Amino acid sequence: MGFRGFIVLVVLMGMRGGSTAAISLKDVSVHPIFVAASQKEDLTVEEGDGDVMATGELNPNHFPARRAAKVVQHYLNTRYGSPYRLFGLEEVLSATAEDVDDTGRRYHLQISAHEIISNRKQKCSAEVFFPRGEPTQPAEVKASCEELLQNTTAQEEALYQRYKGNHSLLSAQYIPDSQGNIEPDMMPFWHLSIAASSFIMLNESTENTLYNMAQVAQITQLETESDELKFDSLMLLHDMVSQEILHWKLLFTWSPAGGVKVQQMKQIPKPHH
Amino acid sequence: MESKDISYFTMVDDLQAVLDEEQKEMELSACAQKPLNTESFNYSRYHTLSEIYSFQDMLAAENPNLVTNLVIGQSYKGRPLNVLKFSTGGTNRRAIWIDTGIHAREWITPASGIWFAKKIVTDYGRDPILTDILNSMDIFLEIVINPDGYEYTHSTNRLWRKNRKLNPRTNCVGVDLNRNWDSGFGTRGASSNPCSETYHGPRAHSESEVKSIMDFVKTHGNIKAFISIHSYSQLLMYPYGYTRNPAKDQAELDRLARKAVTDLGSLYGTHYRYGSIISTIYQSSGGSIDWAYDQGIKYSYTFELRDTGRHGFLLPSSQIVPTSEETWLALRTIMDHTLKDPY
Repeated sequence: MGFRGFIVLVVLMGMRGGSTAAISLKDVSVHPIFVAASQKEDLTVEEGDGDVMATGELNPNHFPARRAAKVVQHYLNTRYGSPYRLFGLEEVLSATAEDVDDTGRRYHLQISAHEIISNRKQKCSAEVFFPRGEPTQPAEVKASCEELLQNTTAQEEALYQRYKGNHSLLSAQYIPDSQGNIEPDMMPFWHLSIAASSFIMLNESTENTLYNMAQVAQITQLETESDELKFDSLMLLHDMVSQEILHWKLLFTWSPAGGVKVQQMKQIPKPHH
Repeated sequence: MESKDISYFTMVDDLQAVLDEEQKEMELSACAQKPLNTESFNYSRYHTLSEIYSFQDMLAAENPNLVTNLVIGQSYKGRPLNVLKFSTGGTNRRAIWIDTGIHAREWITPASGIWFAKKIVTDYGRDPILTDILNSMDIFLEIVINPDGYEYTHSTNRLWRKNRKLNPRTNCVGVDLNRNWDSGFGTRGASSNPCSETYHGPRAHSESEVKSIMDFVKTHGNIKAFISIHSYSQLLMYPYGYTRNPAKDQAELDRLARKAVTDLGSLYGTHYRYGSIISTIYQSSGGSIDWAYDQGIKYSYTFELRDTGRHGFLLPSSQIVPTSEETWLALRTIMDHTLKDPY
């Protein structure tokens, strides 16, 4: 038992239907083959028409590469996030970007990802494609990371069994609290909430956003006949670029075997005051 | 008044509610253990506005030869805007300006501001670098630029950002105080929509919280460094935010930023990125350090403190002291450079 190597080639297609672009699967061992036209960033800003974002080799410390890399974090958390496993974006090591005709822009990234709970860092290669056009389609991500996933099965099973009994359904609000503190019992559910919110953040991310989860406003466990634990929640997400706090209702399930699955997600208007 | 065609504008929607809020806060503070002095003050906890006001008073009272608690204006709701002046004498010496708490939800920033204030009085006479700085220069520290917003994050909405200005003809409250300065005011990088988190306000420095600093800095006339502290993202940035034109001192500002973040990282390994605002984080107009730089204050910097998104605005209180300690090293590096490279 235990996890095999974490070398995975996956493509996440948009949740709102098929993509309009033909994306060819790339061999994960091939490094970015796109040669920058020049070593300097092209940072032209056009008046009135929105930014023309950088192409070619990108400065890994500047925001275009950083925003694309954040999308990879969300992707990793949708795939592998759990009450005992969560990824953070550590650093962008290198990045390039290219326009794909008129269909969108693709980023090639080398990043350092941080598995927060075991405190292990590892390198990942990733591609992020931001499609153009209306209605906005979600980004498409491929990623592969160096190391083995830590085995979290025992802890996940224990948590699952504890809450599967349905005697006392979990209900909590404001995690973390105003002082930034989280009760030890709630930690796994905070991690789980971030993993579940990552589905929203992945779906909503563009080159003009940078999402993090700000706070779990409310999480309530629901009774269910099926194997998974089921939760209704209100998640508060922060977009760094607009500085807005977005309110999302999220209905999701989790089990050690099935991972996180989103059943419903819906943005609700924020109160103005 | 409407029937007489007299146009009007409600200043305070519900005065009773404001008074009730104040009463509630006063009662809460009365119940909590009040520290008797800045030695027994708990630096590892986030504090209420009234606790911060008390801290400022206590610090000045305990250090009459070094600290003065100035009032530079009033907030929208009439709260005092305090600035701590650290000075060993002289008249209108070259000075350093540091501010925290411009955005209400960025609690780690006033918490660090409190810690810096205590650090300054503790280290004067002990740390040679700080002692040299204070022997020739003054330090001005405004811990809560936005007291109305900060109070609101305690009483009602922990994630509030702006001030609490009532905007005409809309239910949407507040102006983003870091879009309200006269630096590319109203251009790309701010919103003209009062419901937006980055609403720039009706005019440059329309907000008393901003105007009071602007007036203070201009009247003083001898400020040589201007450092504005925010959270989160772990960044140290220099002008500009409103334009891609590089600051004429960019090379020096960049070198100094690199040194400052290296010093910051030396304590706990915390990694900061650095660069101009517009390339590092986003285009933003009407920001304070762009204004300060265009006034001729060369060493204008903005920090985004811990973390990079895991806790975001809700940084655990256990991280207040480590964050303050490491940030102090960067601040001291900038102040030291300001001292040694006069202009």
